[in-house]
Amino acid sequence: MPNPRILIKDHSAEANLFARRTFIGLLVVFVMVAMVLTNLYYLQVSRFEDYQTRANGNRIKVLPVAPNRGLIYDRNGILLAENRPVFSLQIIPEEIDDLDITIQELSDLLEIDDEDVSDFYKDLKGNRRFKPVNLVNRLTPKEVALFSAKQHNYPGVSVEARLARYYPYGSALTHVLGYVAKINKKDLQKLSEAGFEANYAATYDIGKRGIEKYHEEMLHGEVGFQEVEVNNQGRIIRTLNFSPPTPGQDIVLNIDMNLQLEAEKAFDGKKGTVVAIDPKDGGVLALYSSPSYDPNLFVHGISSKNYKKLLTTDRPLFNRATQGQYPPASTVKPLLALAGLEEKVITPESRIYDAGKYQLKNVERIWRDHNPWGHGWVDVTKAIEVSCDIYFYDMAYKLGIDRISESMNEFGFGDYTGIDLHEEADGIMPSRGIVKALFNRPWYIGDTINIGIGQSYWTATPVQLTQAIVTLVNKGKRIIPQIIRGNMQNDEVILQGIRERRPIAMKDEHNWDVVLDAMYGTVNRKGSARKAFRGAHYISAGKTGTAQLVTIAQDEKYDAEKLSKKNRDNAMYVGYAPYDAPQIAVTVVLENAGHGGAEAAPIARKMMDNFFRDQTFPEHQVIEHLGQESENAETTEAEVQP
Amino acid sequence: MLRTKLAPNNRSFWDRIHCDVLLLLGLLVLMVVGLVTIYSAGGQDLGLIQRQLTRLAVALGVMLIVAQIPTMTYQKLSVYFYVIGVGMLIAVLVIGVSSKGAQRWLDLGVFRFQPSEIMKLAVPMMVAWYISRFNLPPKTWHILVGFVLVGIPTLLIARQPDLGTSLLIASSGVFALFLAGMSWRFISFVAIATSAFTPIMWIFLMKDYQKQRVLTFLNPESDPLGSGYHIIQSQIAIGSGGAQGKGWLQGTQSQLEFLPERHTDFIFAVFSEEFGFWGVVALLAIYAFIVIRGMLIAVKAQDAFSKILAGSITLTFFVYVFVNMGMVSGILPVVGVPLPLVSYGGTSMVTLLAGFGILMAISTQKRIMSRE
Repeated sequence: MPNPRILIKDHSAEANLFARRTFIGLLVVFVMVAMVLTNLYYLQVSRFEDYQTRANGNRIKVLPVAPNRGLIYDRNGILLAENRPVFSLQIIPEEIDDLDITIQELSDLLEIDDEDVSDFYKDLKGNRRFKPVNLVNRLTPKEVALFSAKQHNYPGVSVEARLARYYPYGSALTHVLGYVAKINKKDLQKLSEAGFEANYAATYDIGKRGIEKYHEEMLHGEVGFQEVEVNNQGRIIRTLNFSPPTPGQDIVLNIDMNLQLEAEKAFDGKKGTVVAIDPKDGGVLALYSSPSYDPNLFVHGISSKNYKKLLTTDRPLFNRATQGQYPPASTVKPLLALAGLEEKVITPESRIYDAGKYQLKNVERIWRDHNPWGHGWVDVTKAIEVSCDIYFYDMAYKLGIDRISESMNEFGFGDYTGIDLHEEADGIMPSRGIVKALFNRPWYIGDTINIGIGQSYWTATPVQLTQAIVTLVNKGKRIIPQIIRGNMQNDEVILQGIRERRPIAMKDEHNWDVVLDAMYGTVNRKGSARKAFRGAHYISAGKTGTAQLVTIAQDEKYDAEKLSKKNRDNAMYVGYAPYDAPQIAVTVVLENAGHGGAEAAPIARKMMDNFFRDQTFPEHQVIEHLGQESENAETTEAEVQP
Repeated sequence: MLRTKLAPNNRSFWDRIHCDVLLLLGLLVLMVVGLVTIYSAGGQDLGLIQRQLTRLAVALGVMLIVAQIPTMTYQKLSVYFYVIGVGMLIAVLVIGVSSKGAQRWLDLGVFRFQPSEIMKLAVPMMVAWYISRFNLPPKTWHILVGFVLVGIPTLLIARQPDLGTSLLIASSGVFALFLAGMSWRFISFVAIATSAFTPIMWIFLMKDYQKQRVLTFLNPESDPLGSGYHIIQSQIAIGSGGAQGKGWLQGTQSQLEFLPERHTDFIFAVFSEEFGFWGVVALLAIYAFIVIRGMLIAVKAQDAFSKILAGSITLTFFVYVFVNMGMVSGILPVVGVPLPLVSYGGTSMVTLLAGFGILMAISTQKRIMSRE
């Protein structure tokens, strides 16, 4: 035996003790095994469904998928708004050790300005874990290539492609299309109030102005969903389920892009606006407001520097065609004449003698004609053709403001036209009540006389004027102007249809012809727009207007040179063509330009020339008016109101 | 043994190489389970499997070498092991190498070395050697000395700090004392003293991160993305496995990396997720088999030193299993203890199999001695 100490030990007692202790040890082991198993039974069997749900919650994420925004075409199929891939640089902050250093390194590689960096840090606050944050919104293809080559150096930084709006015609169509831009807090609030929040879960941009805003619902489409399996980093491992988004509808506008570009060219930066509407269906053929701006600037977030440039006194953001409230001046004389004829205050044959002055009994004030020598004997036709002021002073006096106001309301003055743009003003059609309410002034008889030539408190938007002309050429049928023509379905245009208002009923239908003939005479006989349309290959009709912006004192003569530029007269023209079967009605306003016939009518001429570029009309002869022969051959375009 | 009885004069191959076949079988089954689970948890990385296989081969080699050394030699060397081990623990605290905030390593130039691993075997050896010199059951005085022998390395390791290992080493020593016949009165006293010591330990000995672990254990949902993340994800993995399991390579919690420390400390969660409750029952059965086999070897051992050492090694092995499963399933706080023979890597693998080598030495050499 090796160890002598063992000899004195009681081996069997020790063995028994040890066996007992071993048994107890094993017993404890089994109790512990039972504890572990009980706990696992609880986790895996009793609470299995609970943990299964949580495991699925971990790995399955439902991601919204943005629908592609509908495209926008003009009436001839020219693409006006498209979706182009843009590349943005994204950072997953959790995957980056030192953001400042990384951004510093990236800005050596790419063009990153301070605004990008400060926006990035702003977006970073309250960002969800592992959600990428944009650093640069728009990388050039060259920058994408530059970064891709070095991407392996920047884990956590990636280039993300998405589709963004692009407007190929830029500033030429801004006031029609408007633009889309990033959804902001206010948009989100509106969306959630309307219950559309879920539908925009993946959408980046929303219509902010113009057609993009007005027809947002059609253009946006329905959100899709992607059920994906993600790992602990939120990275998508695979797609489990995919219900694709429904893309927005492609829409077609009534706009004729060729005509629209002609408008841009005709204005050449001068302040003003032109609206062209198809009288047959109310379709807006062209709508241009000058100066304009590039909507693409807004799509990717306009820089504050660029935005400041748009806040000039020329107000490029302002849509003059629908928001500009101009005194309509002589352009409304045909409509007023219609009211006079209807109320039998005048007849087609009744005449007055215009000696250049108009005065009421017991009133000291003298109203003058724009022609200081007067137009002699004038009937309604000649009054419109030469834009005789005295005739309309007299007629307005006889009609009275109440009847004028009521009649002009019927033509849509003082009310929104309902054109499919949210940017619209309603203008003012004065009445006793409205002037009292708006200006807290009583109505004076002199106001009625000024209304006779479309001045006083009367303001109208160019689209209102155009709509009134459309109503006139349609002899009372009132069609609401509409920019959208329809939506594309399987390469076919589904027309939206014409929206109409209650038509104007005329006691004597012949009255329409009298007025329309006078507008024919304005262009084709010895009228105020004769020069502008000389040699046109179509027959048009129209009416000039020269809106006075400041009151000229009683015995003062209007002198453009003396007035500061912003107070000079607005040149205006309304017209339509062809005379016998109108296809286009045009309103032109050229701000502070002077005489309507000389300045505005040529733009209308250019528009019509362009519109009829592919149409030929049979040779025509000037239809001489059968009534009063024009005595005064001199037809100046100038019109000076009292 | 059956075989010995049938062929008393013709020792089997396994006896000649001092290998306990049943124990080896149990260990090999565990290793295979480990490899299969590591393959799944490690993203089907064959390199990982290769490294684990190498490690297992080395550890098995060490086990067989250790099994050849006579138990007598261990008895004689116990004191030297212990003294050298304690010396190195002191050295670690003075000149040790830090890693992950703890000073556990000794840089020996050629390789790094964790002295606490030696103590995993040296402490039970030392206690067994000391206590077996006297008649059993030991007197209170001997038990007290035994506690001092256990306490010194335990405190030194706790200072590193490595709370998990220090508790395991303490329990290996305490098991030895228990098996030697420590009186129940003393056991009750130790239990009371330990509970009294807990607040002192909390205030003076535990570092902030250790306290945090305990707090997290008590209420993991208080910080689901921070310190509670491990245990919540682990419980989700286990619970979502259900009775049948999701199937091998199909565990979403592990495959999609929601589960941290998948192939190391938390491999049990991967196993539970993929093989379910019945898989866990089977795994525990294998562990139980090894423990029973170990305790049987202890009971049948020739001398007190061997009995106490074998019993202590076996029970400590089980404590590893229990602590790991307990922490992964949320009934114990998270301490860095791998699941023995299943978890990937670790120096602990070699120590563990060296321990089984000693068991095999005890198991196979008794017959040789009885015949002499």
